Amino acid sequence: MIRPQDLLCPKPEGLYCAPGDFYIDPVRPVDRAVITHGHADHARAGHYNVVATPQTLDIMGERYGRDFAHTPQAAPYGETVSRNGVEVTLVPAGHVLGSAQAVVRWKGLTMVVSGDYKRRRDPTCPPFEPVPCDVFISEATFGLPVFRHPDDKAEIARLLRSVAQFPERSHIIGAYALGKAQRIIRLLREAGWDRTIYVHGALERLNALYRKHGVDLGPLAPATTAKKAEFAGQIIIAPPSALQDRWSRRFPEPVAAFASGWMQIRARARQRGVELPLVISDHADWDELTATVDELRPGELWITHGREEALARWATLHDIPARALALVGYEDDDG
Amino acid sequence: MRAFAELLDRLSLTPSRNAKLTLVRDYLRDTPDPDRGWALAALTGDLAFDAAKPAFIRKAVEARMDPQLFWWSYDYVGDLAEAVSLVWPARPGANREPQLSEVIDGLRSASRAEAQRRIEAWLDALPEPRERWALLKLMTGALRVGLTARLAKRAAAEMGGVDPAEIEELWHALKPPYEDLFAWLEGRSGKPTSEHPARFRPVMLAQAIDEAVDFARLDPADYAAEWKWDGIRVQAAHEGRERRLYTRTGDDISRTFPDILDALDDEGVIDGELLVIRDGRVAPFADLQQRLNRKTVDARLMAQFPAAIRAYDILQVGAEDTRPLPFAERRKRLEAFVARQASPRIDLSPVQPFATWAELTGLRAAPPPGDPQIAEGLMLKRWDSDYVAGRPKGPWFKWKRDPFLVDAVLMYAQRGHGKRSSYYSDYTFGVWAQDDAGHRILTPVGKAYFGFTDEELLRIDRFVRDNTVERFGPVRSVRAEPHHGLVFEVAFEGLQRSTRHKSGVAMRFPRISRIRWDKPPGEADGIDALERLLRQMEQR
Repeated sequence: MIRPQDLLCPKPEGLYCAPGDFYIDPVRPVDRAVITHGHADHARAGHYNVVATPQTLDIMGERYGRDFAHTPQAAPYGETVSRNGVEVTLVPAGHVLGSAQAVVRWKGLTMVVSGDYKRRRDPTCPPFEPVPCDVFISEATFGLPVFRHPDDKAEIARLLRSVAQFPERSHIIGAYALGKAQRIIRLLREAGWDRTIYVHGALERLNALYRKHGVDLGPLAPATTAKKAEFAGQIIIAPPSALQDRWSRRFPEPVAAFASGWMQIRARARQRGVELPLVISDHADWDELTATVDELRPGELWITHGREEALARWATLHDIPARALALVGYEDDDG
Repeated sequence: MRAFAELLDRLSLTPSRNAKLTLVRDYLRDTPDPDRGWALAALTGDLAFDAAKPAFIRKAVEARMDPQLFWWSYDYVGDLAEAVSLVWPARPGANREPQLSEVIDGLRSASRAEAQRRIEAWLDALPEPRERWALLKLMTGALRVGLTARLAKRAAAEMGGVDPAEIEELWHALKPPYEDLFAWLEGRSGKPTSEHPARFRPVMLAQAIDEAVDFARLDPADYAAEWKWDGIRVQAAHEGRERRLYTRTGDDISRTFPDILDALDDEGVIDGELLVIRDGRVAPFADLQQRLNRKTVDARLMAQFPAAIRAYDILQVGAEDTRPLPFAERRKRLEAFVARQASPRIDLSPVQPFATWAELTGLRAAPPPGDPQIAEGLMLKRWDSDYVAGRPKGPWFKWKRDPFLVDAVLMYAQRGHGKRSSYYSDYTFGVWAQDDAGHRILTPVGKAYFGFTDEELLRIDRFVRDNTVERFGPVRSVRAEPHHGLVFEVAFEGLQRSTRHKSGVAMRFPRISRIRWDKPPGEADGIDALERLLRQMEQR
């Protein structure tokens, strides 16, 4: 009888598959890595062989340069890669462009590593695909019952109401450069905002990459091209760190908005000086996490990172054996 | 409920006063009666329910979910109402979303048990955490969204394009949900009547005098001088069976000061300074603070901190509105009125005789013994001026005493809010003291965040960034050494002893009066200078 820990087990470098001799999202350079998505804490430079979706490889190349790995190996969604009898299939996780769950099969045992995921519609990537499995290895960034993300369309509507209400001010939205920024732009376009959206320089390359992959972002311009008064009534998108930076002084009375699941907590918004918190996240909220576990009813639930204890307790209360892996190195960022 | 919840949410995170005005004004304009009226009542603090206590809501949520999961949630969020609003496990089959007015009606008419049942049902029916949070805020009565009652009324005035003083005078005659007020503001009907007993009358305010210009053109014979007392401005009204005490903005504080209203035997409305007065002498402002912001008071507190009004004007005597009378005439009526009350709880602010501006200048610099020693300065009132609301130019002037000054060293800088969120604009400064080992060290004595120009702010901000020693979240500690650092000349209005400050002193109204780029921090003042000043003030 093979046990799940014979197939995957936590190591300091990350989740390790002994029979296939590879790591999933390792935090240090290794010989063979499977990468679920392009966020920096999951996709690091310096591995020898990297298996990832073509989009994720593209993102890594954009961030780390073309030589980020010795042998990048593209695995499109649904195609299986085998090594030493271990089969790995990447299926959509709905997190950001190219994001995938790693489905690992070996001798009749199926384990799914969720990577970071969400269950809601995202106009920039295909939706999460539930895969029946013996062990589901889940993230838990928002693994507390307080995190219940509202409808993203309603959040965008709040933003647009504020823009209409304060036409003399500019609205700066803090959004992570990979995924969140492009999703916000798409949501704005779907809500009918067809004016030029101004973007911080740090977002330009990833915006171009999303466009190359067929995501229509509409008219964008660098947030440096207009005069101060011309930014009145405009929407600007910047990395969150720029909100309180001297960079923001070029705009007229900016309303600081921040698009993140953390904005659900008022103290967090207040600490960061955010005037208009937009609760829009690329991670599963509490209801999505628990509904996904309930839908899959895996034999076991393993939890990689985030607020593991609450999700583990919930699973135990629902008769699903759960264990927290306490993997280190993944950030709390709602990227 | 959705619009109201959104309004509270925005208000609680919006630092700018003007933006808050816009938010409230637009809400009042776009929301139908009676919801907007109830919202206005909630914002002005004119709604209070005691139907439900926060503890019940905790029990209710723990009956619906694993208490351990709730505990982790509460622990993470830190605020009970917010935690409950986020985790609330709704039961299926809820009713439709309630209107704000339904919630208010429901809370007002219910017994405690019934109110709790209703609150649970509403929590089930409200789909968004923001709305559940607003409901729980309403239930506990204290909205705490950083909006004063005055600003809320001002927003209503802006919505209708009327003078805010008109609403203030009407206010206590109105009852929520104020449909008559909104009908008037929208031009659908006439102004509601303000003829109700012991209503608030909008107060008359003084302008700061410009010594360089005004004295040359003003005749001292036209003006009465009075000391400017360091308490809070109040209006005491007794008409019919009603007795009321108001702040200068029209907030009703009657319940906090029953001792004063008891002393107001005759019918009339007086204007004066609220102070703590023991044996005829004014106590420090800190004593008055013990009496402020309390819902109720007991006999012990009233005996320990005996409040009184030092009266300086009269607006109504019996049935006569005295506001159109000249100040000289009002003063006579005031003196007679105060004498008739014959109570130490109501005394008279004396008129300070003087013949020339030079003489008055001397009095201001060296006040006579007694209470004038701790006055904030002088007031000048034209003898022939009638009593008008607002801040008219000319009839009343305030002439503040010169502030105290100290040279202090910048120790910490914190990022500001709103427009200033990218600037280090809030400064903690210190003066030199000795530690236990006898070393000269800086001890913080105050915080200030205004008194400088935008250009100066840019320069200080740059100094802070270039001289940061450590960062603690939004706060930076900056280099403050005898030969390297930044000295501020700090102006302040007074000093009091404080156990909350390590240095043992607290400043009143500190602000930056000059930035001493030229002065080495080693030459800044020591704590002994402040202690000397404190002793002088105590030994008057």
